Amino acid sequence: MTSPFRTSTGGRIDRATTVEFTFDGQTLRGHPGDTLASALLANGRHQIATSIKLGRPRGIAAAWAEDPGGLVQIEEPFPEPMLLATTVELHEGLAAHGLPGQGRLADVPDSARYDAVHHHVDVLVVGAGPAGLAAALTAARAGARVALVDEQSEAGGSLLSGTERLDDAPALQWVAAAVAELAGLPEVLHLQRTTAFGSYDDGFVLALERRTDHLGAAAPKHVSRQRVWRIRARSIVVATGAHERPVVFADNDRPGIMLAGAARTFLHRYGVLPGREAVVFTTNDSAYDAALDLHRAGVHVQAVVDARPEGSPRRAECERAGIRVLSGAVVTGTRGAERITHALVAPFADGEVGAGSAITCDLLLVSGGWNPAVHLFSQARGRLRYDAALGAFLPGEELDGLAVAGSAAGVPDLAGCLTDGQRVARATLAGPPAADDRLPTAPESAVPTPPLVLWRVPDTSGADGSTSFVDLQRDATVADIARAIGAGLRSIEHVKRYTTIGTAHDQGKTSGVLTSGITAELLAIPVQDTGTTTFRPPYTPVAFAALAGRDRGRLFDPERVTALHEWHVAAGAVFEDVGQWKRPRHYPRPGEDMEAAVLRECAAARTGVGILDGSTLGKIDVQGPDAAVLLDRLYTNLMSSLKVGSVRYGVMCGVDGMVIDDGTVLRLAEDRFLVLTTTGGAAKVLDWMEEWVQTEWPDLRVHCTSVTEQWCTFPVVGPRSRDVVGAVFPQVDVSAEAFPFMTWRDTTLDGVPVRLARISFSGELAFEVYVNPWYAVAVWQRLLDAGRPYGITPYGTETMHVLRAEKGYPIIGQDTDGTVTPHDLGMAWAVSKKKPDFVGKRSFARPANQDPLRKHLVGLLPVDRQTVLPEGSQIVEFRTDGRLPPPPVPMLGHVTSSYRSAELARPFALALVKGGRERIGETVHVPVDGTLVPVEVTGPVLVDPEGARRDG
Amino acid sequence: MQLIACPWCGPREEVEFHYGGQAHVPYPDSPAELSDEEWAHYVFFRDNPKGRFAERWNHSAGCRRWFNAIRDTATYRFERVYRLDDPKPGVTELARSREEGTAP
Repeated sequence: MTSPFRTSTGGRIDRATTVEFTFDGQTLRGHPGDTLASALLANGRHQIATSIKLGRPRGIAAAWAEDPGGLVQIEEPFPEPMLLATTVELHEGLAAHGLPGQGRLADVPDSARYDAVHHHVDVLVVGAGPAGLAAALTAARAGARVALVDEQSEAGGSLLSGTERLDDAPALQWVAAAVAELAGLPEVLHLQRTTAFGSYDDGFVLALERRTDHLGAAAPKHVSRQRVWRIRARSIVVATGAHERPVVFADNDRPGIMLAGAARTFLHRYGVLPGREAVVFTTNDSAYDAALDLHRAGVHVQAVVDARPEGSPRRAECERAGIRVLSGAVVTGTRGAERITHALVAPFADGEVGAGSAITCDLLLVSGGWNPAVHLFSQARGRLRYDAALGAFLPGEELDGLAVAGSAAGVPDLAGCLTDGQRVARATLAGPPAADDRLPTAPESAVPTPPLVLWRVPDTSGADGSTSFVDLQRDATVADIARAIGAGLRSIEHVKRYTTIGTAHDQGKTSGVLTSGITAELLAIPVQDTGTTTFRPPYTPVAFAALAGRDRGRLFDPERVTALHEWHVAAGAVFEDVGQWKRPRHYPRPGEDMEAAVLRECAAARTGVGILDGSTLGKIDVQGPDAAVLLDRLYTNLMSSLKVGSVRYGVMCGVDGMVIDDGTVLRLAEDRFLVLTTTGGAAKVLDWMEEWVQTEWPDLRVHCTSVTEQWCTFPVVGPRSRDVVGAVFPQVDVSAEAFPFMTWRDTTLDGVPVRLARISFSGELAFEVYVNPWYAVAVWQRLLDAGRPYGITPYGTETMHVLRAEKGYPIIGQDTDGTVTPHDLGMAWAVSKKKPDFVGKRSFARPANQDPLRKHLVGLLPVDRQTVLPEGSQIVEFRTDGRLPPPPVPMLGHVTSSYRSAELARPFALALVKGGRERIGETVHVPVDGTLVPVEVTGPVLVDPEGARRDG
Repeated sequence: MQLIACPWCGPREEVEFHYGGQAHVPYPDSPAELSDEEWAHYVFFRDNPKGRFAERWNHSAGCRRWFNAIRDTATYRFERVYRLDDPKPGVTELARSREEGTAP
């Protein structure tokens, strides 16, 4: 069954194959090679939807990405909103419907894959029309590494839409030969269906390749659906052609009104007649081709309406064909409902419209001239210049590494585009062009009559511009621009935002320059002074899924796991993310929730023995004769006095005196330290050390390197930890006398080196066991085996947090926020008074750091012994009436850590409170869910404040 | 995305680099002898010119070395990169290096 508006021959479609598709629930047929738009037009369907604000019928108004009208929602094969019928390639089973405005995102995960490829070339050519092909051939023939990208399904650009001839043969024969020649050259990458959508600094261009969209359900699953090409080019040739521009008149939005060049595309490329009776309204010579081509294809062309008083030299050609040409006339309006039925035509001279008449038609073609597609040039911050003769903005300067060729640079004819492409490409070459760098011969083109620059036809309909549409997708009219200017707006950027013109899916491809022209007209200033709005990437819409590529789900960010990860999984650990690390948070037993598990794990560590995988702790090996000097300068306390074999806790501050990290330092040798950092601070602290060594103290003989992943660390914690560690490492005397607190010892286990350290982050007797990750599972297992008689209990980060908080040990970054000094934490003891200087010291003397009302780290005990205060809660003065006063309520500080304690048998919290140490013993209020919870302020150390437990 | 010429690695994409603020702000010799105001100037105050600015950069995802650069804050263009032990380029020297085409 043939479609009623399909021609009998011609076009780039595969007539031998028929595909079925559904639009608005109706089953229709088309051919491979069709777009959804061409297939709909072949079936006589122009209207796609109704408009977003006014509900007016809207149809297909162009043939490619510049179409402001034909937005569709795809339902099958996968839901996707806001695509253009003109750029969706038809395939079997496609199901879509027209969209009045917004679409709908899929509510199922996108199962397609998206990826990205980096590519480096000498020359990137954007656009495979005549200029782009000529440029790519010239560069590639000379041996350059070339990438040629083009957004259509096949190469040829404007040649696909016409009947041009080259070398006395159809131009598409030359296109095919050029594509074949490029395919035979080894350094050429040629991609169709690939849109260069952004041009950035230093020759960087992003391009989106649609790899399987045109295959529909037949798309192979192993091929990514879309690919982002990240191309770095020494030189870029922008040969992106030009967009035809309409003229604005009253009721210029009805289905059946389209750009003249688009009608040629539908005819020649897709074998579709966009109507039976046409009127052609133009301000330039190019639309005469559309009139004559449609006439030859059997369309009754009622009239060519040429706004120029002198008309065109092509008038005679039309009249020979029996087409009436009305020079010095314009279309002032239209009639029709779901489709145009009449064009209202009137004489036009000196800006005045005369008395008109109605011409019946079902198709009105419009051409107001051509806007070079300067998007990529402008994105690269190229300055545009207004050409008053063309009524268009052209590249106004030379850019380093980016040149514009062909009709994108305003070149009007085929022969000119070919030579321009070659010229621009030759300028990119390091050497001479190839001997065989020949261009095809194009026929001489007639000298055109200059176009008339006409943005809009005066509105004689009485609607005062309110039906003269500038941006069809936004339902924005000449009246809206006038209103913007009436509101005092002068800048084109402001007019854009006030009217929303150019903010739809098409980003103003047809409406942008019109808005500049109409705004200039209304303000009575030159168009050059109005300028254009800024062109920004992307040139056409790009799905977030494509930009995300493979960086989704588990591949979004690297996951780091310790050597014991599989053991943790098998033990049923619940994990939490700590930076990129997966850490066990707790190990629930059957029936336990987190609270129960943590209470059990805490009790084990305080009364028996627990074991933690602390391998994520940052570890930095600091080596060199000046290692101690460096640490003395970076830590607030003295590290050079630390004895080999001993361990010291240290605090690190920024130059502003605020704590940035803390941890313990092991002196391994006179010239070697192992610095432990917080899990989250590991990279930051190493960078901090490097920065000072490189930028301020390059004379220091010291090197720092991360050994975080070279050592696994297991704190064995609790009163029975000595029994466990002593049993596993019998060569070590683990007694308190032989192995005192804050010392370390090296030993071996079956020949494997192991380091033990008496460090406690819980206040309990504890041994940290360090071993190479290869042996981590074996050593961990031996510790568990040895601990079984004592009920050794693996515990996670949550228990670790409770244990340390009960002892008032802060977590840098949780209990501090970059505004907290060591003194605020109650750690004046960790600040050396002997050292003449260290980073941060001078800031401690600043008046702001001496303020007695600074926030101090304190403990909080809810008086009801029940409430677990939410972390981040604000703290206010005690209110005797138990109610918050009217705002603003002065805030005393906030809760930084809050847990339920097994040891205390009640919840507790750490907090930063103004002048907190002076408030110990006071009761303050914490608003929780609308009620004021009374809490007692205490010192931060709630368990074993005497430190009696650390030796067991 | 800009290319930044690391003095040790050559041109690399800007995502490999971290910005380090104004260059040539040395740590004071004797902080204890400075007034609060002088110290505050070292800690908190930096220039914010429109145009050429001497900055510190770190090739953090590459060789991890610090270096200095003259960058135009209005155009983002790097006019020159130089090693930390090189003196701060004067205006005349910059102009000369551009004329000779030695500025990257």
